Amino acid sequence: MKSAVRDAGLSALVALGLFAPLIGLVTENGDHGLELRGRPLAAAAVVVLVFLGRLLMLTRAAHIAPPVVSGPSPAMVRAGRALAPALLVFALVLPFGGSRYYVDLATLVLTYIMLGWGLNVVVGLAGLLDLGYVAFYAVGAYSYALLAVNFGLGFWSCLPLAGILAAFWGVLLGFPVLRLRGDYLAIVTLAFGEIIRIVLNNWVSLTNGPNGITGIPRPTLFGLRFSMDGGEGTFAGFFNMEPETIQRVIFLYYVILGLALLTNWFTLRLRRTPLGRAWEALREDETACRSLGINVTNTKLTAFAIGAMFGGFAGAFFATRQAFISPESFTFIESATVLAIVVLGGLGSQLGVALAAIVMVGGLELLRAFLSFLADQMGSPIFAGIANELPLYRMLIFGLALVVVMVLRPRGMVSTRTPTVLLVARGQG
Amino acid sequence: MTATLSLGGVSSFYGAVQALRSVDLEVNPGEIVTLIGANGAGKSTLMMTVCGNPRARTGTILHEGHDITNLPTHLIMRRGIAQSPEGRRIFGRMTVHENLLMGAEAAGRTDTPALLEEVLALFPRLRERAGQRGGTLSGGEQQMLAIARALMSRPRLLLLDEPSLGLAPLVARQIFGAIRELNQRTGLTVLLVEQNAYQALRLAHRGYVLVNGAITMAGTGAELLARPEVRAAYLEGAHA
Repeated sequence: MKSAVRDAGLSALVALGLFAPLIGLVTENGDHGLELRGRPLAAAAVVVLVFLGRLLMLTRAAHIAPPVVSGPSPAMVRAGRALAPALLVFALVLPFGGSRYYVDLATLVLTYIMLGWGLNVVVGLAGLLDLGYVAFYAVGAYSYALLAVNFGLGFWSCLPLAGILAAFWGVLLGFPVLRLRGDYLAIVTLAFGEIIRIVLNNWVSLTNGPNGITGIPRPTLFGLRFSMDGGEGTFAGFFNMEPETIQRVIFLYYVILGLALLTNWFTLRLRRTPLGRAWEALREDETACRSLGINVTNTKLTAFAIGAMFGGFAGAFFATRQAFISPESFTFIESATVLAIVVLGGLGSQLGVALAAIVMVGGLELLRAFLSFLADQMGSPIFAGIANELPLYRMLIFGLALVVVMVLRPRGMVSTRTPTVLLVARGQG
Repeated sequence: MTATLSLGGVSSFYGAVQALRSVDLEVNPGEIVTLIGANGAGKSTLMMTVCGNPRARTGTILHEGHDITNLPTHLIMRRGIAQSPEGRRIFGRMTVHENLLMGAEAAGRTDTPALLEEVLALFPRLRERAGQRGGTLSGGEQQMLAIARALMSRPRLLLLDEPSLGLAPLVARQIFGAIRELNQRTGLTVLLVEQNAYQALRLAHRGYVLVNGAITMAGTGAELLARPEVRAAYLEGAHA
């Protein structure tokens, strides 16, 4: 007990060091510019909370076994099986129940799910650690933007082109790094991601540099535009509806949902082919693959190409949704976020990636919405205050969530691997 | 008759270190040939050189009369050669069934159901374990899996690198028994690299002794077993 108190005291001390400046001090607009104001009570409250929490953890830990990494219980398996269809149904009906804010948020989450699924091919299945995935996202986005703005091509005809171009760059990256593994591969891919961004930033005559490309056309539904005039050839005009922005927002949502589902379907199918199995074998043991007669070079290149292709699709969608792109959207933090989604979700698990994307991209927003809701319901200014300040602590919460998941589930949220073939039928004589 | 595998004057290097010195070796169809020698003699290197990694710097390697010396590894393995590598190297996270499929698919075979039936008939234990992850098998079962995976490409030449490594004597004998049965029943040609010289020489039709990367002795299994220098160097303490 005594050592527990001392340990908790130490934790509280660390918390004091962290939170005294983070929470204990705020800047406010005063008469002479910014003024520093102290919030000793709030900081003290957090420190006490940490002390008590640690104490509770230590005293209870004696009775609770540490989390064991083992197979899931049957109940969990059943829940997992129901989870994927439930999520799908939820995704399909979401636009009809949610406000524009939620549809926009869901669109963002789906973009990351798609990126996660794309990167999952490279990192999760083939085991090639790629820290520059955003490069292919950028290639896809700029491919569509440049083709549309310069040649007047539409979204649907550019989508395959964006995918092909990104796949081409995937192969181009793949060649020099074929011999690299692990950390070294990660560094080179990281550099590749940065190179693409810096080229986009500086090749002003082609990409308009940091000012970006504006006026990227929106996608059409079988030739019907989503414009606000409601005239001939528009979605609203065709269906005799009042033109509303939400129609376009919902359409975009379904476009990315379709693209993401396509990615998922394609990946799941590929996993069951010899190529897919070769990827997974490659992740486990490259030497063994070679000794079996697998063409390791081609196997790696196809993984890079297919992963990059999905990144390119997602990039084209990003460009058409935003109608504006600039190199600023393709920084390293995007690569890191997508990689974190794949690792958190559990390498190779499609469901895990989806869950991780929801938590990482949508989680904070949902938490904020929930707190605002609580504040409204209870009329409590504390909740309202937390809700308003929450975005400031974004990275802190991010980091905390990452650490918690990795401590509790070191192999990702969904760490079980589904075999690609069913059991052999037993020969009965 | 064309030899299944024929090495002529093969030398290979790891950087500046010479691992094989002008090795001549021949494996004829239907034979079990074993390669014995101390740790670091170059046994595994020889096997890997046949597979093209490292490449032979001098000499030629012929497979059924075709020069495979400079062929890429995956093309060598698709010529009807299969390898069970040192340390087994099965895919631990994949099921036994998937491991076996890898052996067939990697070599470009499409008749997997028939091959699977054949291989599982040879190793019934693997049938029981078909849905289990490879990493959960015992050492002996993993070795069976490694051999079975190699057999899934229905090779004409099987390269086995230390199949008895880390196995209890009884299990090792079972593995050797399976190799003999395969050879007698199907006429499969086998090149076997072994530390366990006594068992290997008893199993093999012919053997080679490798010392410091060069072949110093060759002969039938029985001949080599009877040679005093072989007994002194490799069979000391073995039940002879």
